[in-house]
Amino acid sequence: MKKVNRRNSISRILGTALALMLAFSTVAFAQDEAAIKAGEALFKANCAACHKLDAMSTGPMLRKIESRLDEEQGLDREWLYKWIKNSNALIKSGDRYAVEVYEKYNKRQMTAFPTLSNEDIDNILAYTAQDKAPSVTTVDSGGEVAPAESGFSTDIVLTALIVLFGLLALGLFLVNKTLRKFAIANGTVNLEEEAKKTSIWKAFVQNQFLVIVATIFFMLGAAYFAYGYLMQIGVDQGYQPIQPIHYSHRIHAGDNKIECKYCHSSARVSKHSGIPSLNVCMNCHKNIAQVAEEVQQEGITKYGVDYNKEIRKLYEAVGWDPTQQDYVNEQKPVKWIRIHNLPDFVYFNHSQHVSVAGVDCQTCHGEIENMEIVEQHSSLTMGWCINCHRETDVNFRGNAYYEKIHEQLKDKYGVESFKAAEMGALECGKCHY
Amino acid sequence: MASNKKYWKSVEELNENSSIVEALRQNEFVEEVPVDEFLGDKETLESSSTSRRDFLKYVGFSTAAATLAACEGPVVKSIPYVIQPETIIPGVADFYATTIADGYDFASILIKTREGRPIKVENNKEAVVKGSANARVHASVLSLYDNMRVKKPKIDGKDTTWETFDAEVGQKLNQISASGKQIVLLTQTFASPSTSKLVGEFKAKYSNVNHVVYDAVSESAALDAFEAKYGERGLADYDFSKAEVIVSVGADFLGDWQGGGYDDGYAKGRIPHGKKGDKKMSRHVQFESNMTLSGANADKRVPLTVADQKVALAKLYAEITGNSVSGRKLSANVEQAIKNAAGQLKQAKSKGVVVTGINDVDAQSLVLAINQTLASEAFDTTAPRKLRQGSDKAVAKVISDMKAGAIGGIIMAGVNPVYTLANGNEFAEGLKKLDLAVTFTQKEDETAQNTKYVAAAPHYLESWGDVEIKKGHYAITQPTIRPLFDTRQFQDALLKWSGNDKAYYEYLRATWTADILGGASWNQAVHDGVFKTTATVSLADEATAAIEDAEADATDETETVVVNNVAAQARKLANTAAASGMELVLYTKTGMGDGQQANNPWLQEFPDPITRASWDNYLTVSQVDAEAKGLKNWNVANGGLNGSYANITVNGSEPIKVPVIIQPGQAPGTVGLALGYGKTAGIKKEMQTGVNAYKVYQNFNNVQNVSVEAVGGEHEFACVQLHNTLMGRGDIVKETTLEVFNTKHYREWNPMPHVSRDHEMIDATSPKADMWAKFDRSIGHHFNLAIDLNACTGCGACVIACHAENNVPVVGKTEVRRSRDMHWLRIDRYYSSEDTFSGDNEKKENMSGLFGENGSLGGFLEMENPAANPQVAFQPVMCQHCNHAPCETVCPVAATSHGRQGQNHMAYNRCVGTRYCANNCPYKVRRFNWFLYNKNDEFDYHMNDDLGRMVLNPDVVVRSRGVMEKCSMCIQKTQKTILDAKREGRQIKDGEFQTACSAACSSGAMVFGDLNDKESKVAELHEDERMYHLLEHVGTKPNVQYHVKVRNTKEA
Repeated sequence: MKKVNRRNSISRILGTALALMLAFSTVAFAQDEAAIKAGEALFKANCAACHKLDAMSTGPMLRKIESRLDEEQGLDREWLYKWIKNSNALIKSGDRYAVEVYEKYNKRQMTAFPTLSNEDIDNILAYTAQDKAPSVTTVDSGGEVAPAESGFSTDIVLTALIVLFGLLALGLFLVNKTLRKFAIANGTVNLEEEAKKTSIWKAFVQNQFLVIVATIFFMLGAAYFAYGYLMQIGVDQGYQPIQPIHYSHRIHAGDNKIECKYCHSSARVSKHSGIPSLNVCMNCHKNIAQVAEEVQQEGITKYGVDYNKEIRKLYEAVGWDPTQQDYVNEQKPVKWIRIHNLPDFVYFNHSQHVSVAGVDCQTCHGEIENMEIVEQHSSLTMGWCINCHRETDVNFRGNAYYEKIHEQLKDKYGVESFKAAEMGALECGKCHY
Repeated sequence: MASNKKYWKSVEELNENSSIVEALRQNEFVEEVPVDEFLGDKETLESSSTSRRDFLKYVGFSTAAATLAACEGPVVKSIPYVIQPETIIPGVADFYATTIADGYDFASILIKTREGRPIKVENNKEAVVKGSANARVHASVLSLYDNMRVKKPKIDGKDTTWETFDAEVGQKLNQISASGKQIVLLTQTFASPSTSKLVGEFKAKYSNVNHVVYDAVSESAALDAFEAKYGERGLADYDFSKAEVIVSVGADFLGDWQGGGYDDGYAKGRIPHGKKGDKKMSRHVQFESNMTLSGANADKRVPLTVADQKVALAKLYAEITGNSVSGRKLSANVEQAIKNAAGQLKQAKSKGVVVTGINDVDAQSLVLAINQTLASEAFDTTAPRKLRQGSDKAVAKVISDMKAGAIGGIIMAGVNPVYTLANGNEFAEGLKKLDLAVTFTQKEDETAQNTKYVAAAPHYLESWGDVEIKKGHYAITQPTIRPLFDTRQFQDALLKWSGNDKAYYEYLRATWTADILGGASWNQAVHDGVFKTTATVSLADEATAAIEDAEADATDETETVVVNNVAAQARKLANTAAASGMELVLYTKTGMGDGQQANNPWLQEFPDPITRASWDNYLTVSQVDAEAKGLKNWNVANGGLNGSYANITVNGSEPIKVPVIIQPGQAPGTVGLALGYGKTAGIKKEMQTGVNAYKVYQNFNNVQNVSVEAVGGEHEFACVQLHNTLMGRGDIVKETTLEVFNTKHYREWNPMPHVSRDHEMIDATSPKADMWAKFDRSIGHHFNLAIDLNACTGCGACVIACHAENNVPVVGKTEVRRSRDMHWLRIDRYYSSEDTFSGDNEKKENMSGLFGENGSLGGFLEMENPAANPQVAFQPVMCQHCNHAPCETVCPVAATSHGRQGQNHMAYNRCVGTRYCANNCPYKVRRFNWFLYNKNDEFDYHMNDDLGRMVLNPDVVVRSRGVMEKCSMCIQKTQKTILDAKREGRQIKDGEFQTACSAACSSGAMVFGDLNDKESKVAELHEDERMYHLLEHVGTKPNVQYHVKVRNTKEA
């Protein structure tokens, strides 16, 4: 499986390219650049499942592997060809270092890659031979330029408009002032008369009818707001608690496009969508001990989260030792804070909605893929449930269960589609028992 | 008139010089209250910015603010698995096949688990024998979560570790073994081939080990008789579905007779089947003393004392075999009944069967002989039942050996002899003298309290095991949850003490692979829970050695050799003298059995099917005897049933004071008392009910000569049914005879009620009689529950199954007494007032005028009283899910409403508790939560502790105070079935829809299904001629059908 442990790969490539352009501006390196590019593609397709450039994974880290081997073990590229194409044969041949590596990694064999040509391997080595990517800050600034430009234009328009309206208002005020001066000078306005008029407040208080009407309106308004306030008690829309492990749905579901039901698998068959057990996390995180550097930076600057630390929390909980690559420590269950709480007297079944009706998770949970921290998107009130049942057509298609019922309904009412509400989805006992 | 009385406030006042008195006379407060400090200074008071009004404002505001601020929801934590087991999906139930074998109840069952917690018992349909659970087995899942369980091994009452325990017991065992004294293993009936083998190995390790099997309620006589005749220790098996004539002499085979579990076969034969107009059903004649379930279901019931039963059995034998036996003469109608029964048996030949529950080897041998003569098809001796193994003689020998000091150590498992032995106190004394006494127990019971080493034993749902319920029919017990406490099962301990390092699971599996499976798959056997083989298993039954030993001893001492001559036995029986005084017949209640699960609140609250009393045992006395002895029952103002007390004395033993219930049908000259009550150790205070009848269970004989005398005092019963008769309302329980049923048009024996419209009588079900708009229910599902009154034996398994499925609370004795019981499903029991129900109907029809001989005033009063030997009818009643429900129209908040699938919904969160619905319900099936029954110390039952709440079904809400509740027709189950089908994209097959009660009903009396599925059984039953609805004339159009009870009254 291809590993998707680096998000924004395009921007990253662009960034690397930019950095390289800055560093080596001569044309002579263009060929190498192509090799590195090809090497990167090969690396990601074949090696990344078990190897990382700068960290231990299932296999050793590979940055500058060639030069390191040369320096430490005196092994050349030929040895590497042999090893990569068929490490097993090399081990069996009794090669000293091959056996040593084999022993060191608990006799785990590296997959043989007989399909890789020497040239391919050269390319991969070229890719691994690069220096550690230069600081991503340049990339970030580069990235920020584009949105800033578009923001700039609207800002200018807005500022210009504000200035314009301000000038207009000033102009009007000045005109008014001047005209008034003229009027007083001409004697068209009698100031004393104006002073004799009772103030509007006094008039209001004296008018009993108005007072009563106003009081009624005031009380109605107050009642309206009080009702609104009371009705939102127990409605936790927007509830966004801080979880013991900062888990970013934005990265997992958004950037990496992991299917919701990969982790929340029980949503297909159970009433609970299920908080994934930690072994599900470890399916991927066995190999992903760290996020890409720019993701890490983004986390720190934008969200104030050290993602790598959060992954370490996962390892801690599941008892995984990254250096030994094994579950050796004590397990410590994670106490997540539940966000979506239905009262006990409501029966809700995820599989009914997810598997049978085919409702997208986002319909109720909102744009989870954009949420750094998940919040309760919907109100989860009964009115909200009922509304959806009233508006949604029942999904009869291809479901043998509905065949007979659908035929009978069609015959009876002469229409093709039926709302959930018409099929009994408003009955009390369907959700309350 | 003025009085010079002086009132003293305290003794101090007597002392004139007391300074306190003086001070108090002057001042109310001895020390001055410093009022001035805060009120005296007028200036500061006035200058204070906080006035009294302001103060009140602040108080008001802060109270309101605090209230509103408190509206914030609590933080809820969710803790998922770290490594989720592959087979567990949160929210989806798993089922495991296992077997209960607690020494009294044996059954192959399925256990429903949710997230690893067992929550419900279901029948195992794949099991051929004992595949259905009775009420106690259904309730056994709650006993797992019993807070009174022993949580750790104990030495001298102090918690210890298993290492210490092993070390000490091992050392003692070696010492005793070296000293040459006996080591006794006193165990329940395990009927387990692996345990048998294991005990054999234990015997090999320690010399002089004696394994004695002890059944608290003995079937020793039947076992001895069978062994004498067939050379194998077991019980003959019966298949009542093959019998056309069943004669039972004192055997409650629908109850717990010989291990029970015969009701499904019996019920099959009771449903009229065959060609229309010539339908057949079995004929059941019962001779008995107590009113039992079997007697209540019989076509003819003859109340007899046990002494008379013996004579009757001998005469029956004589009639059938043709051997003339001259015996004591019984009353004419009894003689006639015996003759008729014998005639019918002879006519039925191989389709007839006779059973007896008389605890006498002669009687048991006679029955074996009769069935052999008949060549009864229902009678199986080739594969006997193994679920009782105990021998009275062997147990008696243990006690005498203990006294004699021949025993060095005893290891007990699954037994509580200090409680269940009549001479339990002697046993307790003996225990203390032994070098080693170990008991494997789940409770700190009477025996554990007198034992030094208490080994915490696991519940069967936490253990491995195997059972040979019937020869060749094996069953496996597998754990469905990890042990909740630091427990170890008896077999594991034996392995350890035999020096074997294997776990019992490995041992079990090895035994099965080697001796039982014969190449079949172990995993498949565990999956099915049962395994049937014809191959003879070469596992010697090592426990027989002890019995042979004891028997050899007995023959040495006395001259009572078992006479192996049936004719002689018959003669002996026929001349049984009539009992001189009263006969006490000890029995076991459907809800309590031998009393192992006395700490189970479901079972305590379970109303006895016959007396309908819960939370008690009592002396059942016939009306005649009650009048003679001055014993009474009466109802008090709050509706509760009260009764007088009686002292019973057996053989000059200490008298026991027991409450009395007058039991219609009780044979005059006998009284009944249930075993299993009166426990005081290892049991919650609330559950310490009744009296211990084992104290008079002398010589393991369930019949004792007793003297009964009334004593003062009033006992308050918790009886849920106060009306004993139908008072001629034959349309509630419709019944007819087989003859009428076969010959007459169905509207004659199942008449449609009529109502008057425009002074014309029309059918109550006619649309013209309907004031409601018609609703088309032909699309989708339309659920119906059919209840066959012929097949229902009243066993009550459905009641407990409903409790478990629907989180029905337990309310306790005082609340039940106030008619606040919460059972969603009740089984009404009616007695006839005349000799038969049809006699009742006739009497009502013939009433004329208010007074006089046939006057209704006196007539109805008479009809309130049941007959001396009444007919009995059972009728399960739950919410009828009326299509035109009276409850729905009166609810002011629309909390109860009708679903299009036929279910009457109850939205608890909407209910405000007006109870209008309950008042308007003609069936009285709605239950009101008068109190909060969970997490409330006033109701200290299972819902009050974390452990007990583990049994709750997470799919059903736990109701709160002030809310009405009732049967939902298990909507959570029907909805689940529908959802599964939708998800799998398929139609639903008949039989998939089940309610808790219909799934629990092994007799086929309850059938649930979709009426719109024309192929379904319930749709077929709906068109049956026997179908009627309860109170049809009310026009409620219920979705629960009843089927007319047919009795086979053919006398000869």
